[in-house]
Amino acid sequence: MQLASRSPAKTAPPMAPRRRLPAWLGPVAHYGEYVLGAATVITLMLGIWMAFAYAPTDYAYSPTNVTLDQVQRIEYFHVPIAWVAYLAFFFVCVASILYLWRKDERWDWLARASAEIGAVFTTLVLITGSLWGKGALGWWWEWDARLTTSLILWFVYVGYLLLRSYTGRSESGARAAAVLGIVAFVGVPINYMSITWWNTLHPPREVLGGGANQSPASVVITVMVCLLAFTLLFGYLLIQTYRLQRMQHEALRLRALVELDER
Amino acid sequence: MNAHLVAFPREASVEQHPSLLPAIEVTGLGKTYELRPVLRNISFTLKAGGTAALLGANGAGKTTLLRILATLVKPSAGQGTVMGYDVVRDAAALRRLIGYVGHQPHVYDDLTARENLLFFARMYGLAGAAKRTDALLERVGLRAKSRERVRTLSRGQTQRLAIARGILHEPRLLLLDEPDTGLDEEASTLLDELITERAATGGATLLTTHNIAHGLSRGEDTLVLAGGRLTYNGPSRVLSPGDVRELFVARRRER
Amino acid sequence: MSDTRLFWSQVWAIIWKDLRCELRSRQVWIGMGLFALLVLVVFNFAFDLRTDNLVAVAPGALWVAFVFASMLGLGRTFNAEQDRGSMDRLLLCPVDRKAIYLAKLLGNVLFITAVEIVAVPVFAVIYNIPIITGLLIPVVLGGTIGIASIGTLFSAVAANTRAREVLLPLLVFPMIVPIVIGAVKATQSLVSPVSGDAPWLGLVLAFDVIFLSLSALTFQYVVEE
Repeated sequence: MQLASRSPAKTAPPMAPRRRLPAWLGPVAHYGEYVLGAATVITLMLGIWMAFAYAPTDYAYSPTNVTLDQVQRIEYFHVPIAWVAYLAFFFVCVASILYLWRKDERWDWLARASAEIGAVFTTLVLITGSLWGKGALGWWWEWDARLTTSLILWFVYVGYLLLRSYTGRSESGARAAAVLGIVAFVGVPINYMSITWWNTLHPPREVLGGGANQSPASVVITVMVCLLAFTLLFGYLLIQTYRLQRMQHEALRLRALVELDER
Repeated sequence: MNAHLVAFPREASVEQHPSLLPAIEVTGLGKTYELRPVLRNISFTLKAGGTAALLGANGAGKTTLLRILATLVKPSAGQGTVMGYDVVRDAAALRRLIGYVGHQPHVYDDLTARENLLFFARMYGLAGAAKRTDALLERVGLRAKSRERVRTLSRGQTQRLAIARGILHEPRLLLLDEPDTGLDEEASTLLDELITERAATGGATLLTTHNIAHGLSRGEDTLVLAGGRLTYNGPSRVLSPGDVRELFVARRRER
Repeated sequence: MSDTRLFWSQVWAIIWKDLRCELRSRQVWIGMGLFALLVLVVFNFAFDLRTDNLVAVAPGALWVAFVFASMLGLGRTFNAEQDRGSMDRLLLCPVDRKAIYLAKLLGNVLFITAVEIVAVPVFAVIYNIPIITGLLIPVVLGGTIGIASIGTLFSAVAANTRAREVLLPLLVFPMIVPIVIGAVKATQSLVSPVSGDAPWLGLVLAFDVIFLSLSALTFQYVVEE
């Protein structure tokens, strides 16, 4: 229709100047993504097998010598998921700093993408942590430092995403969210520390992962493999959600172009 | 008002005498809000001490352009300098030299007119604030009401206060966004006088207005914005109101 | 005028302006004060504090009252600048954005402290706790500055959104958990000191320093367009 009659040079509305990425990055990223996806699947499958078949369940797990059965296997997922939740927030913070510094909106897309993943994983942390606690140690919830900090992180993510949804795609909204990402990330270790101190007077009934020192090698290896698997998974998901952000941006830009045409 | 010039901060980055620098020099300026372009490829120059009127239909981008020049908003593309200072890089130094009177007065309702001006005098770090404030209130005809809360003033009086605030620190460039909104005849004449006085002392003025005839008579030069682009940039005397209205229409093919 | 003098003159000017406006218009701080007292009373019924364990529980009630009253007050930080326009006029002035932040922060601290000055004696009386010592001042002040530093920044963050009253507490509460923990414990230890306890006041002060500097630095990105 009308688009065909224009010369390409006149179609794009002026945008903020962006640094061009080096040309060789394109093919590398393209093939690299396939490699990453394959590696993710392989390590995930390996990790799952190890968690269910390879790792022993009859070792003395905790200081009180409670031996656990199959439920304990959830630790092999709970720990990596928690790691990813915090890693995602780290990415949010770094992307936010870079966005404020460089003013390149692509960092903002990265922050949004990472926050979405992190929110999901934090929810999973709370769920798996609660299930583990109930199955292994008899309680649904405990105010130990790790679980509590994860709960607070969950609220921070929710607040971040809510702010995003209220401010839409505006620049000032992106900047406000970036500031939130940075400040909240600084708060995480302080939170953890203060809750740990708070708990010294009233130690929680049973601390998750308290028996790490006594774990046999096979357990440690399984945890490592699962950590790696979930980290790769995070990387892969991040690429996908980032691409989603970019496509949303493109869609809005095209829509704005069409509206311009109709005016 | 006496022709006392504000001392320039040391960061002036040009060798020419400051009063010879163009008041505004804008090249390829663009602004996009949420992927919608509001200003596209704006380029013009306002000479030192010059007066120009910025005309355009609603939504043409006049306010956005003014806000960029006032350092309130950063442009998405292009460059702008005011008296040699870049509007983005040297924004902090520039604020002392620019006065802005917006579409709405935005003064503090719970303070008196005098307190409002004294507050801004302190923000600008002006010496002799009380004397200057009183003189200014006298000039804009608010002396009788100067100690009453702004909440009790009429729209026209509040607008006069906003104008007083805009020229409080004797800016080299005054930006006026539809300043005659809500002004009565007398105040409108006052505004004309103020602009003329400014021009006589070398102060530049850029104003936007909906009243085309008024704009043409006040500004030596005229800029017409249509659909975010400049469709006219030149002297006012060759334009008639009818010409201007034609220029308001954005030509769709030119994108 | 030198830069530093101008900076502090501007900070003071904004505080003065905000105080004037607040005193002449709505009397927010009276509402805040009454609210804080009400929270204390309700706590007594909600937790039936007629127990021997009062000392352990009551400081919590006090700080909950402070936190909720602060939320009321923090929301009004940028109301004096109402719509975007007044903030713009302020930003047009050659003023360092940190000065604006500091002025808003100090204004908030002032308001919350005014509420606390009323609430603490009432608290000491109705809960019958000997809490009024000189050491209370750094604890209360430290906790207040911590809440206000985060609250002022996030008040600016939430100010331009549709549901600012909902968003502000949601953003602030997770961040001030260390303050709540530290301040409550420090208040408790004033009444019944525990040896070898963690340095709660130190935690609060460290929090203040970190978040005050961080907020002052990042404020300009939030408030400028």
